[in-house]
Amino acid sequence: MSATPVVVSDVDAVGPLTGVLALQGDFAEHEAALQRAQLPTRQIRSPLDLAGIKALVLPGGESTTMLRLLDIEGLWEPMSHAVHSGMPVFATCAGMILLAERVENPVQRSFGVLPITVVRNGYGRQLHSGTFLLRSEILPTGTTGTFIRAPRITHTGPECEVLAFRGDDPVLVQKGNVLAACFHPELVFSHVVIARFAAMVREQADCFTAAG
Amino acid sequence: MTTNKNNHPVQHVPGFTAEEVVRKIGFCSQLKGGVIMDVVNDEQARIAEEAGACAVMALERVPADIRKHGGVARASDPSMIKAIQKAVSIPVMAKVRIGHFVEAQILEALEVDCIDESEVLTPADEQFHVDKRVFKTPFVCGCRDLGEALRRIHEGAAMIRTKGEAGTGNVVEAVRHLRALMSQIRELQGQDFRFLEKKAAELRVPYDLVAWVAENQKLPVPNFSAGGVATPADAALMMQLGAEAVFVGSGVFKSGNPVQRAKAIVRAVLHFKEPMVLAEVSAGLGEPMVGIDINVMPPSERYAGRGI
Repeated sequence: MSATPVVVSDVDAVGPLTGVLALQGDFAEHEAALQRAQLPTRQIRSPLDLAGIKALVLPGGESTTMLRLLDIEGLWEPMSHAVHSGMPVFATCAGMILLAERVENPVQRSFGVLPITVVRNGYGRQLHSGTFLLRSEILPTGTTGTFIRAPRITHTGPECEVLAFRGDDPVLVQKGNVLAACFHPELVFSHVVIARFAAMVREQADCFTAAG
Repeated sequence: MTTNKNNHPVQHVPGFTAEEVVRKIGFCSQLKGGVIMDVVNDEQARIAEEAGACAVMALERVPADIRKHGGVARASDPSMIKAIQKAVSIPVMAKVRIGHFVEAQILEALEVDCIDESEVLTPADEQFHVDKRVFKTPFVCGCRDLGEALRRIHEGAAMIRTKGEAGTGNVVEAVRHLRALMSQIRELQGQDFRFLEKKAAELRVPYDLVAWVAENQKLPVPNFSAGGVATPADAALMMQLGAEAVFVGSGVFKSGNPVQRAKAIVRAVLHFKEPMVLAEVSAGLGEPMVGIDINVMPPSERYAGRGI
């Protein structure tokens, strides 16, 4: 993975189709953010919706609600397959909880694709939500993230790259093509983290085009 | 257009700082596509969470019982709210009386995730609603039309819900309120400065808010539905009419089979446009809560008229 900051450029709106898990949460805000980064999107509500997507986003919301609906809609297995497939995946907040290897407070199931331990609501209730400066060697100085009842990463595996910190806590992590944030870049018009993901998606699509 | 302290532009909402747009309205956006359920104890809260509720509303009596018991309905006992906060990991909301800013201060001290300034409780102030801008906690407020919605947003509400007629199991008022809201939003489309200025005076809100709605053709905060939702079909009806999430009050725990009904309503909100799924989840739910015909209710028993 490139360690340089990425910037969205003017490209055709027709790009790699990105699926956004739309069981509950701010999936509409994620779709809008991806579309501003020139990526076409599709809402994922059933296993059939996964066909043909080149990238996947797991939005913010309530992870317990999403977990229940993943089971009922028959999406647990297909989604697990998709997040482990190597396609670019981006997750925020509740989405990151679904990707973690280990979840605490309470302990709950997850896809286990990111070698991290997360504590749900690890920074406290909504009263403690807020916008904080991120410490990062690769993001532009002054980049902030808004944390909303955010999960706290308490452990990262050696193969997991930490791209940004809030204080001493990792808050933006990546392993291979899987990127996850404790904060909500989708809630602002333009955020470097969304741009980074969009670049990952295009890079991957270009690889396939070149190979095919 | 404004920027937050990192120069990330966010959509400007009149009366909110850029940071509040993301933190307060952003919190409410996380609840979209979900069901918020009224619960009166920690056991019900756990059932709601297990059924897939995206948040719970902690209160001592559901609206149907408030109607039955009469008297003054107030904010809940902090010990009961704490027990519910301890029982679940999803957001916990609680209600304050209209205008009762001290009840709101108490709920903020309890670190309730969202405060509902609610007409279901007995109003404490006939002139003023709570000044919600001075609180760090996001507020949700009820409305019957665009004027009420914008007055509450101007006071700082980060989420709007229809009032409906709580505790009746009758969705007719929620439909009326959402239809009024949506048609009044459409009416602003393409109107000139003079029209919008007149409208702002008529609705008793700043011109900027009316202009925002005219341009964006929606409310600047999430628009949820509440008040009388009793069945999965009711919930899907509100979603099809334009609600972004649904509050269910007495509808779940006053029914014959709360667990199954709660699960069914959660799924109905997800698949609100799919009649086949709605047919499936509506089957065999047992007795719904007993409804009340609003036409035979004396005006004094209606909650929707409370507030200004």
